[in-house]
Amino acid sequence: MQITLKNLMRNYENVHAVQDVSLSIPENRIFGIIGLSGAGKSTLVRLVSLLEKPDSGEVWYDDMRVDNLPEKEIIQRRRHIGMIFQNFNLFSSRTAGQNIAYPMEICKYQKDEIKSRVRELLELVGLSDRENAPISTLSGGQKQRIAIARALACKPDILFCDEATSALDPKTTQSILSLIKDIQRKMNLTVVMITHQMEVVRDACDYVAVLSEGKVVEQGTVKDIFAQPKTNVTKEFLSHLTTNTANVRDDGVVIWSDVPARYTLRFLNDRVETPVISDIIREFDVVFNISGAGIQKVGDTKMGTMVCDISGPEEAVKAALEAIKERGVIVEEVQA
Amino acid sequence: MKGLTPAIWKLIGQSTLQTLEMVSLSTLFSVLLGLPLGILLCITSPASQGGIRPKPVLNEILSRIVNILRSFPFIILIIVLFPLSRLIVGTAIGTKSTIVPLSIAAAPFVARIVETSLKEVDPGVIQAARTMGSTNSQIVFKVLLPEALPSLISGLTLTIINLIGYSAMAGAVGGGGLGDLAIRYGYQRFRPEVMAVAVIVILVLVEVIQFIGNKISAHMMAKR
Ligand SMILES: Nc1ncnc2c1ncn2[C@@H]1O[C@H](COP(=O)(O)OP(=O)(O)O)[C@@H](O)[C@H]1O
Ligand SMILES: [Mg+2]
Repeated sequence: MQITLKNLMRNYENVHAVQDVSLSIPENRIFGIIGLSGAGKSTLVRLVSLLEKPDSGEVWYDDMRVDNLPEKEIIQRRRHIGMIFQNFNLFSSRTAGQNIAYPMEICKYQKDEIKSRVRELLELVGLSDRENAPISTLSGGQKQRIAIARALACKPDILFCDEATSALDPKTTQSILSLIKDIQRKMNLTVVMITHQMEVVRDACDYVAVLSEGKVVEQGTVKDIFAQPKTNVTKEFLSHLTTNTANVRDDGVVIWSDVPARYTLRFLNDRVETPVISDIIREFDVVFNISGAGIQKVGDTKMGTMVCDISGPEEAVKAALEAIKERGVIVEEVQA
Repeated sequence: MKGLTPAIWKLIGQSTLQTLEMVSLSTLFSVLLGLPLGILLCITSPASQGGIRPKPVLNEILSRIVNILRSFPFIILIIVLFPLSRLIVGTAIGTKSTIVPLSIAAAPFVARIVETSLKEVDPGVIQAARTMGSTNSQIVFKVLLPEALPSLISGLTLTIINLIGYSAMAGAVGGGGLGDLAIRYGYQRFRPEVMAVAVIVILVLVEVIQFIGNKISAHMMAKR
């Protein structure tokens, strides 16, 4: 389902929480909304998920305006919306399985239907063995999985995630994000992912809108925003980005190319002074193909590491390697 | 202790039963009155306090009534309610007649306890229930009450204990029960040993109720 927001406004007393937000959220994609704390993200998601009415502006689901529907119809609409939260918001009076059953009880599903769907959903989120577990016995990641299963129980068209991974450690965050991506594909969901972490946008979203002081300051595909951020807000977010854990080796080297490289060069700060690589390229007829690099503290000096291939005439490569070593660079060669 | 003849023990037994009757029936009626009132107080409160259906005027009126009833001295309440007791149970004296003022005195107390317990439910959980398309009555019966149950049980324990105290006071105006016994024999006929036994029975009742209440609450929390 496609969502269109037209000039949404929402004030709390004298706080302009959401100011003139217009967005088009494409169907069957993961759409990120990023902003600092207090930017108006949660307010926006409450407007879009019909929990609150905007002071002005419109919310459209496909070709239907939904923000002005009567309460009864809004309640019906909400039954086709899934939502997960930072604090999971599970019912402590119910077990994991009973939590998943809740939305189906609300929608008056048959008892056996509820039972079998709970099993199905537990399996989907990988917690089949925890059906009767009290909520307090689950870890943060498991709680969010149960919350996801509960959100999906009545087969929604949209899934809203409000800071769904903000209370989780990086590893659990990754596993929850890949679960959401997986489910999005399987169920053809439109996912709106609210976050203050650029990592989440990078690792899960197709599109992103940057929200600042209640306004959308920038939007586009995640690729475009990462490659060419226009506003300072966006640049600020990108500068805090930690390296993509998937591509960081234990020695701190970031690998950005999948092509295996033959040489690892290590530069110790106090031994290498001259611009080695430039000199070598100029002196010998060789080409460097760099596929990864990083820096690491060793004792009280820094060590740079470069993973690369050196190509050119065989003689020249040999001579170049010798020259590199002479200048104090440590060369390790991966035996093919 | 030689004054405690079998006849006196029989009297103590009867009085204990009367107290139990007064307390259990007035607990029942005060919950029947106070629970809906407490729910109403909670859901009509401002949204910022967790009200799911804010109605400022109604909330204000109910709140005032509850406050007035709660600050009313109990002895005076019994006297004021004599005519009502006569109307409902046909008499203004005896065990049955005290159930009316006891219930009415405890109902606002129950209402406040219910209100506070329900307001303690995590607003995030209520929001989640709303996003899933719950109606207000589904939120009350499937979310608020079950989520607040351990706290409601503690409140109920407190109510029963208060009612044991109140019922002893009701005895002073001819309501029967252990309080009546203590005053008639212990005070008016100079039989301190009867008064002592009556007081001990009351203390034991309170302890037993507290123990059971704590056990039930703890059992519920352990399962969450
Ligand atoms: N119910 C409310 N009442 C008053 N002010 C609110 C309310 N909800 C949000 N705000 C204000 O609106 C602004 C945006 O809040 P919010 O949408 O929660 O931001 P975010 O989720 O991006 O952190 C904040 O300044 C916040 O204080
Ligand atoms: Mg927020």
